[in-house]
Amino acid sequence: MADTANPYGIIAEFDNPADTMHAAEKVRDAGFRKWDVFTPFPVHGMDKAMGLKNSKVGWFSFLGGVTGYTCGMLMIWWMNAVDYPIVVGGKPMFSPFSAFPPSYELTILLGSFGSLFGMLFLNRLPRLYHPLLKNRRFALATHDRFFIVIETADPKYSETETRKLLESLGTRHIEVVEE
Amino acid sequence: MADAVISKPLAQSDAANQVAGIVVKAPPRELEREPMVRNQRSIGWISDAIAGVAEGKTPRWWWLAFIPSVIMMTACFTMILYLVSVGVGVWGPGHRVMWGWAIVNVVWWIGSGEAGTLIAAIRFLLRQKWRTSINRAAEAMTIFAVMCAGIFPVIHIGRIWFGWWLFPIPNGNDIWPQFRSPLMWDVFAVSTYFTVSVLFWYMGLIPDLAVMRDRAKNKIRKFAYGLFSLGWTGSNRHWSNYEKAYLILAGLSTPLVLSVHSIVSLDFSVSQLPGWHTTIFPPYFVAGAVFSGFGMVLSLLIPLRRVLRLEDIITLRHVELMCKVTLATGSIVGYAYGIEFFIAWYSGNPYERYAFINRATGHYAWAYWTMITCNVIVPQLFWFKKIRTNMLVVFILSILVNIGMWFERFVIVVISLHRDFMPSNWGYFRPTWVDILTFLGTFGLFFTFFLLFLRFVPLIAISEVKGVTPQADPHHPLGGAKKGGH
Repeated sequence: MADTANPYGIIAEFDNPADTMHAAEKVRDAGFRKWDVFTPFPVHGMDKAMGLKNSKVGWFSFLGGVTGYTCGMLMIWWMNAVDYPIVVGGKPMFSPFSAFPPSYELTILLGSFGSLFGMLFLNRLPRLYHPLLKNRRFALATHDRFFIVIETADPKYSETETRKLLESLGTRHIEVVEE
Repeated sequence: MADAVISKPLAQSDAANQVAGIVVKAPPRELEREPMVRNQRSIGWISDAIAGVAEGKTPRWWWLAFIPSVIMMTACFTMILYLVSVGVGVWGPGHRVMWGWAIVNVVWWIGSGEAGTLIAAIRFLLRQKWRTSINRAAEAMTIFAVMCAGIFPVIHIGRIWFGWWLFPIPNGNDIWPQFRSPLMWDVFAVSTYFTVSVLFWYMGLIPDLAVMRDRAKNKIRKFAYGLFSLGWTGSNRHWSNYEKAYLILAGLSTPLVLSVHSIVSLDFSVSQLPGWHTTIFPPYFVAGAVFSGFGMVLSLLIPLRRVLRLEDIITLRHVELMCKVTLATGSIVGYAYGIEFFIAWYSGNPYERYAFINRATGHYAWAYWTMITCNVIVPQLFWFKKIRTNMLVVFILSILVNIGMWFERFVIVVISLHRDFMPSNWGYFRPTWVDILTFLGTFGLFFTFFLLFLRFVPLIAISEVKGVTPQADPHHPLGGAKKGGH
């Protein structure tokens, strides 16, 4: 079992998105790095309040799409024009026009895989064990509560100072979560 | 955003506005929009109402619907088994007109499913917030409809053990499939459509499965929902990537949904048969798919919102908006029917002319006029607010739309086929009992899966509905904003 003397982080609970967002701005400005906000739905403006950069998922979809299109075209050209050419109605062995629809579908297929799996990769999911998921109050993060969590692994973390900071931000409940 | 501005109390924006010398008035009553979730329900209420449907004791109505569905599904599989063991003769194709039942059904099922992706993807890109209440169920409908559709092309090939010839695998003589044929394009379009619909649907489900996991009372549920929610915590760093990925998936699904029915229509329009050989098909098929799809969504959601008491989430406004989309696409379909006739006359092609005069006045005139009544006349009733807000009438009309769209495919496939260039090919199509039972059986398959979906998965996107309430907007007083936001 987990080491009880090993805290994972400090969690502060909030009632509404506006308070959470203001608190997140303060935590961001205090210079914390290993911290996060947990909300039951995506709160718009929270990325800015946390100082997050634009998500990189797009690159994964782009790579997937390019791979799909290239593979589709090459596959059809090789199968119908190189490996086993058959004359059908006097049509050319390979034409980019008739090869386009399947390649287009493959672009979308691999692009979609890119965005789903890119998202999961960037989020390091699936991760079936997480210290926060053991916490009973934290279960409300998917219901109607908002949480800010600062990890002990953050270089600026200090048991008393960090707690004081969170207390000053209008939280309704503070708790230390064990690893 | 507009909604937030509308419901913001005047006093809170006074200070800011007086500086610029402009007074912002609250909009007049008739311009105020009905909120997405009625009765100012709290965020927690939304979880309870939606997730509650998939929790607790299985209600009686569920069993009453589920058992007949399973029986019908069994009938479908029995018919398929009979077809495979005896041969395609059981569908009666001794004559070349006795073909096409499977094609009518595959096109109808795919078309009916398309509204799911349309609601999920295109309405997302268009920032239509009302999609949140209906997209999950509509996407589930898409997936199950494509499953029903997928059965027909596979079984209609006759020797289904050669079904793998459809895929890019060399056959016994090392021959590859021909990509110059639209039938091959179709294989790629439909299989991609199914896969991407599942991905899009599953991705939307991840945060909601986490809701189910956190509410689960017993170990099995906790484990199952925990497994499928992949350890979702609601982290904002995760939401940030998630929202981007969702946007990209919506962006990719939009051209996909438009291409699927276009490619299905190319199967017909690339052939030489009058009535099939038409360039209008791709846009006309897509409009028809959206039309029949919205008909299907209405037929499913109107009873559901009543039975599950979700009238505060799937509001009258949602139903009205869907009626309006049905009206718009129904009018496009009606226009396409007109243009087809015009082109048949204008082209001066005697075969084309004959094909269309025969449609309206020949042996199958009854099918043609059923189609016109259901697809052109019925949706015009949605101009009236009285009709759009009467749930029973909307339900009946939506069923008529589904019937009309089935007949549209019947008109295109069967009527065109029963009088082609060679009088020796002429005939009159009658479905066999195997045909009919197989088609009815697919409804069993559809409803079996749909009912299982209702029972085990949140039928409305919980986190998305929460996200469109004013309580979720950090700049709205209900979201906790002070002094009119910051």
